[in-house]
Amino acid sequence: MTEIRTLKLKNKLGMHARAAANFVKVAQQFKAGIYIEHNGQTVDGRSILDILTLACPKGGVLTIKAEGDDASTAIEELEKLVENKFGET
Amino acid sequence: MNPDQTKKTFVLRGVGVSPGVAIGRVYRFDPLDSQVSLYKLNSPSLIPREILRFKKAVKESEHQLLGIQRNLKKTKVTEPLYVMDVHILILKDKKFINRTIKYIQRLKINAEWAVRLTLDRYEQIFEKVEDNYIRGRISDIQNVSQRILSNLSEEKKETVWGTDEKVIVIAPDISPANTVQMKLDKVIGFATDAGGRTSHTAIVARDMELPAVVGLDNITRFVRTGDEIIVDGISGLVVINPYPEMMQRYEEKKLLYSAARDEYLKDAKSPAVTVDNYTVHIGCNIEFVEEIPTAIAHGAEHIGLYRTEFIYIYRQELPTEEDHYENYRQVVGTKDLLWSTIRTFDLGGDKFPSSQKPVKELNPQMGLRAIRFCLKEVEIFKTQMRAIWRAGAFGKTRILFPMISSVEEIVEAKRLLEETRKELMAQGENIATEMEIGAMIEVPAAVVIADKLAREVDFFSIGTNDLIQYSLAIDRSNERLTYLYEPLHPAVLKLVKSVVDTAHNAGISVSMCGEMAGDPMCTLILLGMELDELSMNHLAIPRIKKIIRESKLEESKLLLEKAMSFNMASEVREYVQNYMKERFPVEFQNEND
Repeated sequence: MTEIRTLKLKNKLGMHARAAANFVKVAQQFKAGIYIEHNGQTVDGRSILDILTLACPKGGVLTIKAEGDDASTAIEELEKLVENKFGET
Repeated sequence: MNPDQTKKTFVLRGVGVSPGVAIGRVYRFDPLDSQVSLYKLNSPSLIPREILRFKKAVKESEHQLLGIQRNLKKTKVTEPLYVMDVHILILKDKKFINRTIKYIQRLKINAEWAVRLTLDRYEQIFEKVEDNYIRGRISDIQNVSQRILSNLSEEKKETVWGTDEKVIVIAPDISPANTVQMKLDKVIGFATDAGGRTSHTAIVARDMELPAVVGLDNITRFVRTGDEIIVDGISGLVVINPYPEMMQRYEEKKLLYSAARDEYLKDAKSPAVTVDNYTVHIGCNIEFVEEIPTAIAHGAEHIGLYRTEFIYIYRQELPTEEDHYENYRQVVGTKDLLWSTIRTFDLGGDKFPSSQKPVKELNPQMGLRAIRFCLKEVEIFKTQMRAIWRAGAFGKTRILFPMISSVEEIVEAKRLLEETRKELMAQGENIATEMEIGAMIEVPAAVVIADKLAREVDFFSIGTNDLIQYSLAIDRSNERLTYLYEPLHPAVLKLVKSVVDTAHNAGISVSMCGEMAGDPMCTLILLGMELDELSMNHLAIPRIKKIIRESKLEESKLLLEKAMSFNMASEVREYVQNYMKERFPVEFQNEND
């Protein structure tokens, strides 16, 4: 099963360290392979270093892809995280 | 033979942020660039062992980071917690681990070398990132790599902290996480490449009363663990490999300093009462709640100025009422403190993450800041006042409004304060039953209308730094003007004296919280004006108290009168300086100017 979503980053600093850490933590809860695409570059959604090198700024557009049995739950959770600005208050 | 004798002595100059002299051996806190041996494996059969070593070091590092994280949680430092999270995730990053293992296998090198290569690779990748913030994250990867490397060379780490010898920690900089890692009881001093007066190193050193010099730029490049070193936190000097005579001089200086310090602190808690029985209340200026114990040890009787700006900066979102409350609660009601004066924030719009675009001001010193900004952003202001009211339930609290230049401002601030009180009462919150209200006198206009302001407030607090800057029209950040900055300028003396006299005529008290209050050269002048309270940096307190105890109000009035009779600032300075040096030879023995 493959799920794909395209999302816009709304939090203040874009995909900075804290946001990336929260993303990885959620992604690691699932069996599905998670990939993020930004500006034509695709990286592993479980690797904080990969995500950081995307340098996705605020307002930047990300495409998240999940592949595997729990892909749809995974993509739901990740979308929620991005929508909620990575839990930043 | 002593190997130190063959080494060259040299001196580095930095910023002394915590006074005292430490003499001892260096512990380089940052093993990344030193002590790591890199070598090729003799035979491919050693590869599995090397991979295992690497994995063990990673495991060990994770274990340590989790431990640090737990300790940080306990100490209630919330900020670096997520940093620890990031470090743990980097450590466990598959890409990071696989890359390192591949280097070991393909190049047949030891684990240390492979970690270095992985780090080098990430340094290349991150260098190309345009975003400044993300590019700076390489420091997190360096930090993690460093930890793995130090775990790979386990024995070495043991020998350093294992000895009973006390060490002087040398590091690029010291973060809160680093401090948790250190055996602080073995540390007798600090010297770092980076940092300033408010850096973490400085705060820790002052709390622990250990000598520290920061801002040395590249001391980490010049020293190795085990080198002999002197850290002179008084003059901001660091001497590496001192020759014997120099060592001896510093041993003497160290003794003198600790003797003088004991002497000062011995009497620090005695009140500042003159020979003819005039009392000046001595307070401390603080910025962090961690400074309170040191303030009390140095003889502070109250907190005369708690600067609250720090609560707002270094964060992305506005602080909540609870953020404020948590800080104020730790200040208010501290045993041994008679009261705490909390100054509402003195910041401009540029420091706030507001929805409006910050306007770049040509002259922010005279811009929309402090009370002016507060009265425009009423909600931000009321959040702070609510927390002050609530903390005030636990001890005597005074609120101080900065940068007042008109009666309208004080009336409006008071109205909002009262409105806040009523709202809290209606919500059934436990709040202060009363609160003294003060106005900062730091704008010349406030001096001129002091009689009118005095009717609205319970006390004045004179902020001399700004008052001097505004009245003499000197931009303090302009180095070409420093020669004009003169607290003993006849105009400044006249302004200050007029504020004190006006306040006393109106029956309210006057405090001074600017640098002038802690300048011993000005002490008798301020005493002569009959200021009720002086609030200063904790280090200045013992000396100022001692001078007051040895003086008479009567003589200080004569000195003031004489000083104010001169026409030129230079004449005042010369007269006061000569008088003070002659009157207090011990206190001013080190002043050469």
